[in-house]
Amino acid sequence: MTLDFGVVWARWPELLMGLGGTLFLAVSGMILALVIGVLGVAVRRSDSRIGSALVIAFVELIRNTPFLVQIFFIFFAMPLAGLRLNPTVTAIIALGVNGGAYAIEIIRGGVESIPTGQTEAGLALGLRQGEIFRKIILKPALRAVFPSLASQFILLTLTTSIATSISAFELTSVAQRIDGDTFRSFEVYFTITAMYLALSWFVMSLFALISRAAFTYPTR
Amino acid sequence: MSTIGTPELLFLLRGLGWTLALTAIGFVGGIAFGLVVALVRVSRRRWLRNLAAAWIAIFQGTPLLMQLFVVYFGLPLVGMDPPAWGAVAIALTAHASAYLGEIWRGAIQAVPGGQSEAAHALGIRYRSLMRDIILPQAFRLSLPATIGFLVQLLKGTSLAAIVGFIELTRAGQIVSNQTFKPLIVFGIVGLMYFLLCWPLSLWGGRMERRMARNRR
Repeated sequence: MTLDFGVVWARWPELLMGLGGTLFLAVSGMILALVIGVLGVAVRRSDSRIGSALVIAFVELIRNTPFLVQIFFIFFAMPLAGLRLNPTVTAIIALGVNGGAYAIEIIRGGVESIPTGQTEAGLALGLRQGEIFRKIILKPALRAVFPSLASQFILLTLTTSIATSISAFELTSVAQRIDGDTFRSFEVYFTITAMYLALSWFVMSLFALISRAAFTYPTR
Repeated sequence: MSTIGTPELLFLLRGLGWTLALTAIGFVGGIAFGLVVALVRVSRRRWLRNLAAAWIAIFQGTPLLMQLFVVYFGLPLVGMDPPAWGAVAIALTAHASAYLGEIWRGAIQAVPGGQSEAAHALGIRYRSLMRDIILPQAFRLSLPATIGFLVQLLKGTSLAAIVGFIELTRAGQIVSNQTFKPLIVFGIVGLMYFLLCWPLSLWGGRMERRMARNRR
């Protein structure tokens, strides 16, 4: 059997579109995960016992079940919430919820590493609760956990491929269509594996850039 | 439209059995090859180190689903024609070898370098140095991360469903399609995964906290 990459590479416009779809899912998922992560930590640290318990339950439930089961569950639960079945929206919600659970744990670790004296200093300076959380706790915490958060988000980028199981538009689903047309399964998946590798390297260097731009202020 | 009764539950349990089997094969194979990857990664020869680093970078930089696809469709091209579960098991083993190799690389390097120097001064050879001095300590250090990866691997076996292998998640899809009760079925499937993964996670987390306390 001979390999024929030509018929696969001839479909490069579709592959590039698919890559764009993957990037869109990844970035949307990351933003949602970050929002869930920050809100989750805020609730987890609040005085509400019930809220805190719910956040813990959410984190444990998500981190101990497969993403594939989560995305199926959300996909079939959407109509119950009165929403129309939309694979792309479902995929973004699933990625955000999954990444959010991990983000809560990561950010919480960073927040807990901030000495309480820092909060007290903020109070003494007359800052309000919100300001203290945003400026004195959250920003240094994010800076401390940025590397862990970045590798979690690269994992999230790779996880987008699972969205093909509900036929969301992204690189893997494009590959499956090309595979169906050409029967060149190995060539298609080998090609997009290389594309994913390039994408994860790209995202990694992007995070390195963000880290340098956002978090290089003097600490002492 | 039918209900979820004993036959459906038994079908799910059979899928669960395959999930456990895939996890076990991938983990055992991953431990064996991961040890090789870790040792090569800290080898004295630079080209060997680079080779292991490339192996790790490829598996950590691509989706597990793609690794399954490439192995699944690639093996027949090199004249091997294993059953679906065999292809999945090979892919999971390779995947685990890279992740465990990187975890143990970190653990090996976390053992103070003075110990290697002391062993060298005592005339202890590489084999004995690794087997008797470095690896036992590295193993202890790496245990929480290794357990964390086991959970990751167990969840990862669900992707075998996408290549059509009937493990727990695929079994859930089939039952869901027959009964038209996706939320209940995937709820049960999710609960089964949770009951397997959660104790492992708690165990790993407890061990990590204990080790962090001891370091202080």
